[in-house]
Amino acid sequence: MRFTDTQRLLERNVAPLGGMSRIFRNLHLDGPLLGGLIAICCFGLVVLYSAVSGSRDLWVQQLIRLGVGLLALLFVAQLPPDLMRRWTPWGYLLGLGLLSLVLIRGDIGQGAQRWLDIGIRFQPSEIMKLAVPMMAAWYLHDRQLPPRFAQLLLIGALIVVPAYMIAVQPDLGTALLIAAAGVIVVVLAGMSYRLMIGLAIAAIPGAIVLWNFMQDYQRQRVLTLLDPDSDPLGAGYNIIQSKIAIGSGGLFGKGWTNGSQSQLEFLPERDTDFIFAVLAEEFGLLGVLSLLILYMFVVARGMYIASQAGDTFSRLIAGSISLTFFVYVFVNTAMVSGLVPVVGVPLPLVSFGGTSMVTLMAGFGILMSIHSHRKLLPH
Amino acid sequence: MNRGAETKEQAARRFVGRATLVLVLFAGAATALGARAVHLQVFNKEFLNQQADTRHLRTERISAHRGAITDRHGEPLAISTPVDSVWVNPREFASAVDKVPALAGALEIDSQTLMRRITRAPDKEFVFLKRHLSPDQADRVMALKLPGINIQREYRRYYPSGEVTGHLVGFTSIDDEGQEGLELAFNHWLSGESGAKRVLKDRLGRSVENVASIKPPRPGKDLRSSIDLRLQYVSYRTLKAAIQQFRADAGTVVVLDIQTGEVLAMVNQPAYNPNDRSQYSAERYRNRAITDIFEPGSSIKPLIVAAALESGAFKPSSIVDTAPGYVVVGPKKIEDTRNLGRISLTTVLSRSSNVGATKVALSLEPEQLWGTMTRFGLGELTASGFPGESAGLLTHYSHWQAISQATLAYGYGISLTPLQLAQAYAAIGGAGIMHPVSLVALDQPAQGERAISVETSFAIRRMLEEVVRPGGTGTKASVAGYHVAGKTGTAWKFAAGGYSQDKYLSIFAGFAPANEPRLAVVVVIDEPKGELYYGSDVAAPVFGEVMAESLRLLAVPPDALPARDAGSIIQAMSR
Repeated sequence: MRFTDTQRLLERNVAPLGGMSRIFRNLHLDGPLLGGLIAICCFGLVVLYSAVSGSRDLWVQQLIRLGVGLLALLFVAQLPPDLMRRWTPWGYLLGLGLLSLVLIRGDIGQGAQRWLDIGIRFQPSEIMKLAVPMMAAWYLHDRQLPPRFAQLLLIGALIVVPAYMIAVQPDLGTALLIAAAGVIVVVLAGMSYRLMIGLAIAAIPGAIVLWNFMQDYQRQRVLTLLDPDSDPLGAGYNIIQSKIAIGSGGLFGKGWTNGSQSQLEFLPERDTDFIFAVLAEEFGLLGVLSLLILYMFVVARGMYIASQAGDTFSRLIAGSISLTFFVYVFVNTAMVSGLVPVVGVPLPLVSFGGTSMVTLMAGFGILMSIHSHRKLLPH
Repeated sequence: MNRGAETKEQAARRFVGRATLVLVLFAGAATALGARAVHLQVFNKEFLNQQADTRHLRTERISAHRGAITDRHGEPLAISTPVDSVWVNPREFASAVDKVPALAGALEIDSQTLMRRITRAPDKEFVFLKRHLSPDQADRVMALKLPGINIQREYRRYYPSGEVTGHLVGFTSIDDEGQEGLELAFNHWLSGESGAKRVLKDRLGRSVENVASIKPPRPGKDLRSSIDLRLQYVSYRTLKAAIQQFRADAGTVVVLDIQTGEVLAMVNQPAYNPNDRSQYSAERYRNRAITDIFEPGSSIKPLIVAAALESGAFKPSSIVDTAPGYVVVGPKKIEDTRNLGRISLTTVLSRSSNVGATKVALSLEPEQLWGTMTRFGLGELTASGFPGESAGLLTHYSHWQAISQATLAYGYGISLTPLQLAQAYAAIGGAGIMHPVSLVALDQPAQGERAISVETSFAIRRMLEEVVRPGGTGTKASVAGYHVAGKTGTAWKFAAGGYSQDKYLSIFAGFAPANEPRLAVVVVIDEPKGELYYGSDVAAPVFGEVMAESLRLLAVPPDALPARDAGSIIQAMSR
């Protein structure tokens, strides 16, 4: 094992490293991944400029967040995966503690109790976006794979407890994403197909339970998805307006800052959750496919890094982060184009918003750390 | 599968397998997403694009500028100025209900009233909140930037001469449509055609941008009325003073240009100010000169005499025996104020003998008499085209009895408007030619029709001059420097149950200068309440003053220059 790694390393070094590559290596960065991320961010900034109707303040704010996100990426990339793995349980416990604190005394923002004010306001659920899959990967790291059923139950508990705490905030969207991140770890770890099919069947009564568990507004969203025209001025408004925006963009779009739906304020939440509709209206199918290809590239690069990872923890967490990133993209774009119910999921790296940008970048920092430390610190 | 013995290599391979599975699933999801985008952006594009347009594009009306009404010299009588009207789309405004007090403040209306206006029709998309604001005020309203609040450019009518021309010009509704007077009669001419433009609207319904002009508005055309504002002022002022002096209910003055038939002045009392909508009541805004009919009393006598002369049976010098001062026709005894004895036809007019006129009328064929009256335009609408005009009443001769023919002779049982009377006198003054009256300034006088022969008209002219000369009944109508021809009239008003004995119409009709008539003037004063009520005392002085001022303003050369005393003429001219 050690030998093959070294062998590969040597093969790589046959060709002399360029200046750029050396800098990336020393900073523990991965060039293609970073390039893909920055391309998405730049595209996002262009779209956002139009979505905030040229409000320089908001745009600069987003630029600063992007900078903070990149710093987080750079910082996390320096941490060796081993170190992260050892810290994982503590991070997880800290997250659980903060979540309890939110439930006991959190700030109420937009009808939900999500925010915690400790010097800066932030959502502890953001920590869990990384902590839950890392915890699952940590648990499976030095165990025999595939996991046994009893182990799966324990991991299930590790996932469900924080997900539940977030769901009752209530923030069903984030809870589902966090659960998805954890489940992806388990699936990648080699859960048996039989079990997966069994769970899929069990999901049907589960969905009924979930329906009862939903808030009224969430049920309304589901119903609205099925027939947006039933309430065109109320719950269906968002979906109708965004579908119109996307559709009227056509192949090449109406041109930057020329989207009538977006610029005339018909499109709601156009700088946050519905920014995809702005992109689609102003840049058309061409713009939509370009952005999706960039996202695919990032996911593919992430999966490549996962496949090259040297240990189980690294492999699972890299796979989970990459695939969860895709889930974010999918849920947001599918929601905006009316394929799935409206859940409050921003378009990663493009939507206006703070904490999620930092969390995402930190996640990619982990990916880079895994890729860059693998040869130097083989397990 | 050997759990205990799985190597790292196996684990990595398993991972790749699982990752492939997940990636395949996700590829399916991505494909679905791409298909969705293609579905919306390629196949549904037309429909959704149209949906987008229906949300942003609106067609708005552009109000057209209404033509001005001027007097014959271009003085403005009615002009339009741009104003802004504020309207609301109640549905769009719903989100800003808490801003009602601020809006009420800017509109200067009561908060509750405003709230009621907004909520009265929640399903409507267009409700006016306040019409005709000054552009400044409208700017203040729009500065609040409230959703669903819009302004529409409109035009408001102003009447610079106010009540002086109120009856004639009329007024428009708040929607700029003619309601009365010339505004109504010539509405089609004055009002343009509103245009349309395409505008881009944002979610709050605010116009963001004019996209295209679909149809430019076609402004209305100006109307040059026949009125001479100077004569109008003189008539207005004189009539108003007389109404106050004699405590009369109402009154009318009409000034006609004999040579063209144009109405140079037309005023009534009581008057109203068309700029003040609170004064709009039919009682006040009615143009009595055209819409109201009255029994002319003695002022009809020149027409009777004209009929007599036209019949060939009479000459101005023909003697009529009026003794013993009365004549009995059927059940009715017709009297003069005193026994005038045997008098000439001329004297019948100048002394206004009822007995003489009755005898003359009874001696004529009904058809002859009726024919002359009809040729003078009685019983028929004039050519004024004024809305609400009355044709008057002239019973067809086949229905006449002796008594109706007798009372007709001194002006009862027949009704006409002041304008009709003026038109008839203008025909007498105009060598027997009756020009159709016109409220619009004419470049070329319309072809007139002969009412009576030139000889008859000259004869009556001479006779009517006698009326105004010392010894006649109309001396107070005389104008220094001019020969005036005219006739007084005093008519009992017909009230419920018969003719009242204490309510009169005081009338004077005539023209000047008698040698070459230019102006015909009719004065009707309704119910003077003082000691004086005869046409000779109440209406004649008004006639005299209006005529004198009008002739002077029009610089009509005097035709009665007393050769020995040029100074008095100059004095008269400069009065």
